[in-house]
Amino acid sequence: MSHSHKADANHEANNAAVMAEIKKVTILLSVLTIVELILGFWMIGISSAALRLAIKGVIIILMMSKAFYIVAYFMHLKHEVKNMIMTIIVPLSLFVWFIAAFLWDGSSFKNLRNTYNPYFKEQATIKVEKKEAEHEAVKHEAVKHKSGAGEVKKKPADEKYY
Amino acid sequence: MSTTTTASPNEAKLWGGGKSPFNLEYGKVMMWYFLMSDAFTFGAFLISYGTVRFSTNGWPDSNEVFRSFPFAPEGVHAPLVFVSIMTFILIVSSVTMVLAVHAGHNMDKKGVVRNMILTIIGGIAFLSCQAWEWNHLFHEGAWWGANPFLNADGTASSTNFTNFFFTITGFHGFHVFSGVLINIIMLIMTLLDKFEQRGHYLMIEKAGLYWHFVDLVWVFVFTIFYLL
Repeated sequence: MSHSHKADANHEANNAAVMAEIKKVTILLSVLTIVELILGFWMIGISSAALRLAIKGVIIILMMSKAFYIVAYFMHLKHEVKNMIMTIIVPLSLFVWFIAAFLWDGSSFKNLRNTYNPYFKEQATIKVEKKEAEHEAVKHEAVKHKSGAGEVKKKPADEKYY
Repeated sequence: MSTTTTASPNEAKLWGGGKSPFNLEYGKVMMWYFLMSDAFTFGAFLISYGTVRFSTNGWPDSNEVFRSFPFAPEGVHAPLVFVSIMTFILIVSSVTMVLAVHAGHNMDKKGVVRNMILTIIGGIAFLSCQAWEWNHLFHEGAWWGANPFLNADGTASSTNFTNFFFTITGFHGFHVFSGVLINIIMLIMTLLDKFEQRGHYLMIEKAGLYWHFVDLVWVFVFTIFYLL
């Protein structure tokens, strides 16, 4: 593919190639999205945490490849001069630290709170009624508790949201 | 695979003035840098979402929250259906934008106009979908500071989920809205033969970069909020 503003005649010759590339990337993006959605639907019925995590990993890889195809072909970055590509890609590599550091920090904060804040930990074990079924809460209270999850409390009626 | 062949092999000559080292027009380079900074803004939003989610014991199940679609019967459970439509609308509008840019390369005014109109329709369709979804969630009791959805494990949830959802999709929706405005302006300029007079359709390319970025952000927002 030639550069857009090099106004010369080889555009005509490249027309077919450009259209073929657009078509290819469109199909790829659609297929990747459909695969993502299939994985998303599949994940609804899965309770195994390890398998869910694996599927999520695959979805993230698919997401990154979609991003690559949009940036490289639709935004034309792949066909730019290498120096140009580098001025965009190198600063974005900051995201590697950005994501790793902050997610690590979040998970560490959760662990610290679960260790040192009994109230925070307790909240994660107390099931509450869905709003629609609030008046039924008393009746079903006994059946609802998870095994070993401790005592079951009814959601206070005056507190609408958490 | 990059076309370094068009750049001079002689580095000193390349950066010695008189030619564009990036082989790109100034406005396009600046659009790239703007989009890079915007990527960090969205990145910061999404990473803070991830941080808060990682620091919390429970989180609402997106398949329970986003389970409806327009004209759906009461109590329908159709996760991912509506958002997949929104995703495909944005992908298709991105493709028509590429076609408009391509038509611009060929100085094909009719092609530019046709594809810009299709892109604008796609953008408006996406915004309409988002407006419906926001309205629907609002009537379910969700808003900034209000979260009617319990965590996936049935425990009480915080308002973090809705706060992040409305902030991030709202910020993205605002980008789509401004993208539609930019595209409308580009369409009017095309119809007024502005680009024919200039001899190039570079403005369409810059608007195109912005529009693809909006699609790119949606790839992340869609995956992170609806799938993960």
